[in-house]
Amino acid sequence: MRVKFTVNGREQQADDVWEGESLLYVLRERMGLPGSKNACEQGECGSCTVRLDGVPVCSCLVAAGQVEGREVVTVEGLADYAEQRAQHGGCATGACGSAGTSVDAAQRWQAKPAGADGQVRLSPVQQAFIDAGAVQCGFCTPGLLVAADELLERNAQPSDADIREALSGNLCRCTGYEKILDAVRLAAARGDAQTTGTGA
Amino acid sequence: MSGVTRTPTHLTQGGATDAGIGASTLRPDGTLKVTGEFAYSSDLWHEDMLWGFTLRSTVAHAEIVSIDTSEALAQSGVYAVLTYDDLPTEVKNYGLEIQDTPVLAHGKVRHHGEPVALVAADHPETARRAAAKIKVEYAELPVVTDEASALAEGAPLVHENRDDHHISHVPHPNIVHRQPIVRGDAEAAARRADVIVTGEYVFGMQDQAFLGPESGLAVPAEDGGVDLYVATQWLHSDLRQIAPVLGLPEDKVRMTLSGVGGAFGGREDLSMQIHGCLLALRTGKPVKIVYNRFESFFGHVHRHPAKLWYEHGATKDGKLTHLKCRIVLDGGAYASASPAVVGNASSLSVGPYVVEDVDIEAIALYSNNPPCGAMRGFGAVQACFAYEAQMDKLAAKLGMDPVEFRQLNAMEQGTLLPTGQVVDSPAPVAELLRRVKAMPLPPENQWETTEGADVRALPGGLSNTTHGEDVVRGIGYAVGIKNVGFSEGFDDYSTARVRMEVVGGVPVATVHTAMAEVGQGGVTVHAQIARTELGVEQVTIHPADTRVGSAGSTSASRQTYVTGGAVKNTCEHVREQVLELGRRKFGTYHPAWATAELLLEGGKVVTDGGEVLADVADVLEDEAIDLELEWRHRPTEPFDLRTGQGNGHVQYSFAAHRAVVEVDTALGLVKVVELACAQDVGKALNPLSVVGQIQGGTTQGLGVAVMEEIIVDPKTAKVRNPSFTDYLIPTILDTPTIPVDVLELADEHAPYGLRGIGEAPTLSSTPAVLAAIRNATGLELNRTPVRPEHLTGT
Repeated sequence: MRVKFTVNGREQQADDVWEGESLLYVLRERMGLPGSKNACEQGECGSCTVRLDGVPVCSCLVAAGQVEGREVVTVEGLADYAEQRAQHGGCATGACGSAGTSVDAAQRWQAKPAGADGQVRLSPVQQAFIDAGAVQCGFCTPGLLVAADELLERNAQPSDADIREALSGNLCRCTGYEKILDAVRLAAARGDAQTTGTGA
Repeated sequence: MSGVTRTPTHLTQGGATDAGIGASTLRPDGTLKVTGEFAYSSDLWHEDMLWGFTLRSTVAHAEIVSIDTSEALAQSGVYAVLTYDDLPTEVKNYGLEIQDTPVLAHGKVRHHGEPVALVAADHPETARRAAAKIKVEYAELPVVTDEASALAEGAPLVHENRDDHHISHVPHPNIVHRQPIVRGDAEAAARRADVIVTGEYVFGMQDQAFLGPESGLAVPAEDGGVDLYVATQWLHSDLRQIAPVLGLPEDKVRMTLSGVGGAFGGREDLSMQIHGCLLALRTGKPVKIVYNRFESFFGHVHRHPAKLWYEHGATKDGKLTHLKCRIVLDGGAYASASPAVVGNASSLSVGPYVVEDVDIEAIALYSNNPPCGAMRGFGAVQACFAYEAQMDKLAAKLGMDPVEFRQLNAMEQGTLLPTGQVVDSPAPVAELLRRVKAMPLPPENQWETTEGADVRALPGGLSNTTHGEDVVRGIGYAVGIKNVGFSEGFDDYSTARVRMEVVGGVPVATVHTAMAEVGQGGVTVHAQIARTELGVEQVTIHPADTRVGSAGSTSASRQTYVTGGAVKNTCEHVREQVLELGRRKFGTYHPAWATAELLLEGGKVVTDGGEVLADVADVLEDEAIDLELEWRHRPTEPFDLRTGQGNGHVQYSFAAHRAVVEVDTALGLVKVVELACAQDVGKALNPLSVVGQIQGGTTQGLGVAVMEEIIVDPKTAKVRNPSFTDYLIPTILDTPTIPVDVLELADEHAPYGLRGIGEAPTLSSTPAVLAAIRNATGLELNRTPVRPEHLTGT
């Protein structure tokens, strides 16, 4: 079957999709977006977390056909997504205080190439994960970033208990979560400011 | 290799000259990892690649009566189906130490999930469905599942006709390896004891549960060889096992490390490597294999479950008199790392304590349970769980404080181990206990808020099972000792290639090793070492591959020590050549070139007094210094097979934990409130990474204390819970705050005085949590993990 949906602000189309394929498989293997990760493919680990019409979901549990005509944001689009949210006053996606991103906001949003200076633009939560040492093997990182960004979108100053609750669907095996908490606290403290990568 | 995408890239990191050792330099792969660009082995892609799938045995022990692949082969989209009969050479087994593991089952399967056949198809689901059409007829055999069934008269032999080098000294062919350690006279010393405590302890089977599944891409090459991109812990060990099975010389199997999503010991053994290459060479097409989580539970070895019998004695003033212990590790169907795990378990069974009279025995069984091998802590974990329980029992029996009792018996520099080896570097066991005890305790009733109980801070969490009623707090302590590096006479070397040249007018360095970066941050540290030794800012980390010499394994807490040591050593030789070049060019201009100790700092040649002699750019000009050198730590010796005596270990690592738990005694639910750690790291090359390692290791210890266990049916030897739904690892809600106190007492034998750090926190974390639960409940709790029914007696 053919599936068409919007990924990171751009219309995408996949042909010859087998009905059993997950959104995760289509993103990774048919659309060249392997950032969403395949740690369990059982909906338990959260490493494949994406926003589907603004709502964080495990893309391994979403049949690709269910996404027809809908809006998906993956880790690859997170920096642009956060930038546009910041430019539109923090709630421009329409997701603040509601269940999802408005179609109108998502349609205005466009993915952009890396900055002209060659540096990678990062969302605050991405930069905070690097700075806080929240990345080790990094396999859980994309899913955690999408989940943490969504948390900060609806709760700019979360308590530790809020952070733990929001990220409880994302397994990490390397860090013991302490530096992930540090990263979310750091991102919250910095607010919605765009930064550029310093890691590499 | 053309056509392959998402292969590893060079990591170039600039940064200040103060981003050398000791700085919390950020990861050079950090940006790639947060943008989703980092190329993991499961992300590899080739335009005309096929997908491989492994058919695994559905029973644990059986004769294979027949295999019929015809229906599978007839499926549209299927390119190849391979069984044992298709293996190309006489070499049909592999293994880390003992080559007892069949590439594909031959006539018999010995554990649930053993690879039987391979399929390559144009879609992963086509491969899976085709594999389901392979007809395998099994004639089931009785299973060996524990020591009693392994050593019973007439027990089935897991491996008949063993010819490995352990068979001559083991008492039964179902024992892989046995290591006794006898020193002094434990019987006589026992008679001096005022108190004696005994215990029988059980340690469950833990899974590494790395998140990045086993995966890789094999690409057939025009020269008849193969290019293999894979996530592993040791490229050259893989190569040594892969090439003979393929019938290729090692230089025709070119391996490159792909992004590794964690390892923790679970990637020491091969998984899809040979299978992927076989399918690629058979079909002439690139083949990708990615396990899903279910298959991953069968695709790698686990931590040995263990039974441990311990007897300690002590005088009434609290001095240990003796230790008798027997440790039985279940190695499962294939040897993997079992012999080395036995060596660790026996030689570290006494823990970080002074005990002069010991009678120790450790064995690993062959059974029909899942194969067990390396996991973080490697034999020392199981022993620590038992000896720390014993310490608490002894302290209780003597009416002493458990921390003071440990401190009274703590080893220190100069202590003789039961193996006769002197601990010849700092061993601050008593100090670590003092530090961890001195940390402030978390407040009581920390769930209380002005708006009532925050159930998220209580046992049971959002299940809302208590608002504080039936909740009891407990506190427990534990400390452990882990060896660093490969022991028992292994030639544990590493290799580093370092290139220094001038690019754009400034000196830069490239570091090329075969070290597997599995998340630990070795790539960060290598760049830091190059900056410190060569005075450069910009360092490029070359992808790890087999075009450079072996780096040894990313295990045994050894990589910063050994490959870090190799990078340092090569940098020193590069620096010496730069200085020699400088002396030839400029030596006549300044006497200091001949007389002073010279360094490279900030791109300049400087004297140890800080005087600048030349720009490195002017010294090197168009020349590049490019060296590849091996480096070794101090040699070790094997343990004597009868007495266990020998200088078997390289270095030790010590960590202590204090656990604070709250237990809902009515429901048997445990909330770990805090898990504080103090660890000596010798020298923190990267403090941020060090703390991250300690917190991560601590959390894996927490997991096996209260939730993690692979359940194997004792009747069928089949795995019951191969999923993250049924095998639980700690979430962020299960994991407490982990305050860390880092001590840095240099080991003068090691590069920069550093100590390998990755494993020690995994040892003491588990017994500290158990001690705290015992403290809260008064229960004996001789097994881990603790489940609710153990606490409620239901």
